[in-house]
Amino acid sequence: MSVAAEHRTATSTRRNMFRRPTSETGFWSWFTTVDHKKIGIMYFVTAFFFFLVGGVEAILIRIQLAQPEMTFLTADQYNQIFTMHGLTMIFFAVMPLGAAFFNYLLPLQLGARDVAFPRLNALSYWVFLAAGIYIYSGVLLGGLPDGGWFNYAPLSLIGPNPTDILEAGTATSQHVSRMVLYSVGLQIAGIASLASSLNFIVTILNMRAPGMTLMRMPIFTWMIFITSFLILFAMPIIGVALWQLMFDVRYGTSFFNPAGGGDPILWQHMFWLFGHPEVYILILPAFGIVSEILPVFSRKPLFGYTAMVFSAIAIGILGWGVWAHHMFAAGLGPIANSAFGLSTMFIAVPTGVKIFNWLGTMWGGQIRLKTPMLFAAGLVGMFTIGGLSGVSHAIVPHNYQQTDTYYVVAHFHYVLFGGAIFGLFGGTYFWFPKVTGRLLHDGLGKLHFLLMFVGFNMTFGPMHILGLWGMPRRIYTYADGMGWNFWNLFETVGAFVIAAGVLVFMVNMVRSVKGGEIAGPDPWDARTVEWMTPSPPPHYNFAEIPVITARDEFWHRKYVGEGEKPPVRVPAGASSDHDPAVAATPDQSLPAHGPGHEGHADIHMPSPSYYPLVAAIGLPIMGWGILMPGAWQIGLLAVGGLILLAGLFGWVLEPSAEETH
Amino acid sequence: MKARRPRGAGSVGHQRRTAGRRVLRWAVPLGLAVLLAGCAGDNLPQDFLAPEGPTARAQDRLWNIVFWVAVAVFVLVQTMLVVVLIRFRARPTDTQLPKQTHGNVKLEVVWTIIPALILAFIAVPTVRLIFELAAAPENPVEVRVVGKQYWWEFEYTGEEGQGVVTANELVIPINRPVRLSMESTGQADSDPLGVIHSFWVPKLAGKQDVVPGHTRHLTFMAEEAGVTYSGQCAEFCGLSHANMRMAVHAVEPAEFEAFIEEQATPADIPTSGSAARGAELFTERQCIGCHAINGYEGAAARVGPDLTHFAGREKFAGYMLDNDINEGAENISAWLKDPQVVKPGSQMPDLGLTDEDTADLVEFLRTLQ
Repeated sequence: MSVAAEHRTATSTRRNMFRRPTSETGFWSWFTTVDHKKIGIMYFVTAFFFFLVGGVEAILIRIQLAQPEMTFLTADQYNQIFTMHGLTMIFFAVMPLGAAFFNYLLPLQLGARDVAFPRLNALSYWVFLAAGIYIYSGVLLGGLPDGGWFNYAPLSLIGPNPTDILEAGTATSQHVSRMVLYSVGLQIAGIASLASSLNFIVTILNMRAPGMTLMRMPIFTWMIFITSFLILFAMPIIGVALWQLMFDVRYGTSFFNPAGGGDPILWQHMFWLFGHPEVYILILPAFGIVSEILPVFSRKPLFGYTAMVFSAIAIGILGWGVWAHHMFAAGLGPIANSAFGLSTMFIAVPTGVKIFNWLGTMWGGQIRLKTPMLFAAGLVGMFTIGGLSGVSHAIVPHNYQQTDTYYVVAHFHYVLFGGAIFGLFGGTYFWFPKVTGRLLHDGLGKLHFLLMFVGFNMTFGPMHILGLWGMPRRIYTYADGMGWNFWNLFETVGAFVIAAGVLVFMVNMVRSVKGGEIAGPDPWDARTVEWMTPSPPPHYNFAEIPVITARDEFWHRKYVGEGEKPPVRVPAGASSDHDPAVAATPDQSLPAHGPGHEGHADIHMPSPSYYPLVAAIGLPIMGWGILMPGAWQIGLLAVGGLILLAGLFGWVLEPSAEETH
Repeated sequence: MKARRPRGAGSVGHQRRTAGRRVLRWAVPLGLAVLLAGCAGDNLPQDFLAPEGPTARAQDRLWNIVFWVAVAVFVLVQTMLVVVLIRFRARPTDTQLPKQTHGNVKLEVVWTIIPALILAFIAVPTVRLIFELAAAPENPVEVRVVGKQYWWEFEYTGEEGQGVVTANELVIPINRPVRLSMESTGQADSDPLGVIHSFWVPKLAGKQDVVPGHTRHLTFMAEEAGVTYSGQCAEFCGLSHANMRMAVHAVEPAEFEAFIEEQATPADIPTSGSAARGAELFTERQCIGCHAINGYEGAAARVGPDLTHFAGREKFAGYMLDNDINEGAENISAWLKDPQVVKPGSQMPDLGLTDEDTADLVEFLRTLQ
């Protein structure tokens, strides 16, 4: 326990409901922490858990489709599982994995001590977890959402089983319950994303280290910045649509019900106006990670930094003008289809710019093929395939053939698995030593990459062919004699190879957390300032906030020389431009800046708080209320609402940091 | 392909490089060959890379342009990636850092402009075809299509069609465009609350969603008589989405006329034997509440498929089960006994029929030629 914390205990005031939590370590500290690093770790662990759940669902899907007319799953089970696979991977695995990296790295890359609103950050995590628990509570409450992640109306209103309507009664309310879980669950998850996006934007705008202009920011921070804006604008759209859906299914309104004057196409517009930017929300963080990894392992700066930033901004803006390419077959008419076809083609241009700049980064470098680099190079190769099939979707007349087939399933898995997941795994190998102080085992990492790369291509490559051979998506069974048998079986084998890869990764994690090779602050000879601080970083991140004089600040502290001549390493203590103690030879200077060092006891950090957790608990309780009939509904809404209010009031009434003296 | 360089030529580093290139020289064509072999389906029922009508063929022509452009870009990027990873790998002999290049404006402009030009080149025929496909054809066979959970109803609305109603199997004359006007409804034709389906017969045309509350159109044409084109619903529509299949039978124009005549003729309702008992059960067991039979008194409901010429159909229950001489009776009996097992979520209720009732109903249905 540091001196500072003891002070805080002594002077803690009791004007609030609870005594202020003070502990920064130990089991219970995880429930009250507002430290962005701990929150980042919690995000990672939780999201990885959901990734495993989504993975098991994927395996179940693949077993069912391994052969024609399988009866491993019923139609009802299959529909729930493929729906939850999509929802889980998008909202509870890939998005929060991105958030894990954002949380942990953003302040470190900015040279800051925390995010702008630490308690809001904690709230984001707890609300995300609450949303995951809420939506999966369907396992106990009559089933999980079963309308696909896109959940088109009016299927969401009628239900997949029209006999329910004939028989009227329990079965219908079971369907309503599943749809409420979908609409309210995603609504809650959206609150988490919205809160953290605001938090990151404010942090980036206000908390950069002295000298860090926007164009000196690490490229990953740029991607966080752009992604956060996308979340900020996308979530309200789906929020409104989900709200309307909830009222349609639970309280009988008719926003999407043609029988009541509504229009199912309205749902499609709102869903995809959110849904397409969502794709970039999922992929841009991975792009940022890869743009950090490639320069470090090529020992060259990022090629075309400015082009990378502006192409990402271009993607972020164009991404709002392509949504109806998910609806080409919906019948919007030739003018709309032409316009969205053209915009979809042209979003390929900034994406291509990124691919070529990554190749330019590696060109002429000295490439060290460590695990993070393998995943990064894997992303460049695999995302290219996804990008090219994406361009083929833009030729609208042929899209009428491709859409809703396995060709599309292949496409977005090349983008989101070959892209986002590869990037996130690469980032995990890259920053794991910063988080834990230990390296992941490189040999196991390479085995993990190999299994994943092979399994990925075995699973999703043949889906292109199956789609072109006319296999539609979302079918729980198919007839023999369609010519789809071989590749389906092949894909199922591939899915198990991926699973083996994930298993190797988990073994690697478990054995490296405690037994991995000690990393030191800068194991990769990296370029950005997060590598200047010890691994794992102290609670306050930087003993002294670094002054930024260049892009790739840390690299410029280690090497001098520009232009034609190759740069050379600065001898220890030779540079007078910067604080040599932290810069040139971090290894030797470490002990002086370790946690608990007396000289830094006065660094003022925000205090832990119970209230984000309390407020988050209220939301799913209110959500369960919406599922329930009569008095239960009002009761749970009231209880949940009161808990939420108590959390918010407690929050408002406590200072962000207790006074230390 | 160039002659192989003799071994031992050049420095060690150079040798490694040529080894890498040698691998590439084989790997790229080999990969392409596998890709093409993999894509060449043996005329599979729903393979739209082998289109068989003008609509699907026009769509396929666009694909062929884009496919080869994509292959070129694919080969370029993947080759560069592999070459870069091999050629610029770190070596133990590296003593100093590589040259620190930060970018190149000329290159940025080149790799922005060239893809944009390629895309503009693709965009022109794309937009043209979008408008061509949306245009209404001259003198089409007009068919009203209704998507239901989980089967298709076809009603010939043109003058020559005589209002004939069938299910799941669409018979069309060759060399004459077919114009579908598609709706989705709930159980009854008048119930506007259906779900979205998508009409898709891949070898004839790309799909068109069928949206409740709207009418959607699709035009296509078949060219070869005697061919059956396989299709299925392509928009997720519930439990039996996978079981919502269909077929288009292309026939000679004369045969089409004969088909319409035959379908417009009322059914002969049997008056003796177990088939006659089956005909009575049709009313007694409430089949009549949902199914129409032209020629059967009072059977005019359009909740389920019209059964007037049920026995003439190749398959039934969403074009899933064979209705032929060999398996038909067995399949119909399985379907009548437990429709929810055969086709989950189907609106066909379990009537709790005895074996005897079932057998009689099967007999009756099989007389509806």
